[in-house]
Amino acid sequence: MSSKILTPLAAGTLFGAGLTIGGMTDPARVRGFLDIFGDWDPTLAFVMGGAVIVMAIAWRIVPRMVEPLFAEKFHIPDRSDLTPSLIGGSALFGVGWGIAGLCPGPGIAALVIEPTLAATFVVSMFAGMLILRLFERN
Amino acid sequence: MTIPGFPDAAPLAGLIGGILIGLSAAVMLLGMGRIAGVSGIFAKATGVGGSGITRGGAWAFVLGLPLGALIVAIVTGGVDAQFAGFGPIVVAGVLVGIGTRLGSGCTSGHGVCGVSRLSARSIVATVTFMIAGIVTVAVMNAMGMEVLK
Repeated sequence: MSSKILTPLAAGTLFGAGLTIGGMTDPARVRGFLDIFGDWDPTLAFVMGGAVIVMAIAWRIVPRMVEPLFAEKFHIPDRSDLTPSLIGGSALFGVGWGIAGLCPGPGIAALVIEPTLAATFVVSMFAGMLILRLFERN
Repeated sequence: MTIPGFPDAAPLAGLIGGILIGLSAAVMLLGMGRIAGVSGIFAKATGVGGSGITRGGAWAFVLGLPLGALIVAIVTGGVDAQFAGFGPIVVAGVLVGIGTRLGSGCTSGHGVCGVSRLSARSIVATVTFMIAGIVTVAVMNAMGMEVLK
């Protein structure tokens, strides 16, 4: 296998391991973090904090590199406009996140932890993406 | 390790997990020149749009997620998870699918990759989905809706 496949495979595996160690594949823990008016569980703040600190360092390395290690160039989002889609979409996502305590990464990773319900989430998420795609085409 | 007043919190496991997630996103950025946004990569893999990563690369990342979870589950002898029931999961999944595409990202792309480079769009998105999630849980609790089985 080439580095163009092995690199994302390694990254995905690391990501799934990190989510699981951090407790993010347990919806009860994620909903516990969102439950700031009830029995609050701050664990997710440590997960986010750890990830953001490492990535803040990675972003400082980017300008010192001519190109990525295994690709031709960097593809960094350059938009800065705050649109209704960005805010409305993020709000819808947040409602879904709150209802079941699952976001895309943990939902997919949990396929090996709670197969039936995680698969239900992943298929529903795909359906949501497809619905939007069909809606946007018309 | 516990935090006084929060006996159920797992700060050390959370921090270690977070560092691994950060390293994963760093591998994608410095290795492939790409943002490790799970919703965009999943959309690309399944063909409903998404990021500019190759289809094969997208599938490799997506398949890595449960592989990583499986390795942790085997090494630690099992992972606890308390899921919601079928109905709430379907509703949540559809909302997450629509919302992350419309909002151009989720907890990983906006929350980790975008916030760490101080992207205004990602900070606004992250604050928005955090508030929406907090309000949703608060309203459901106030209405006595117990979704977790």
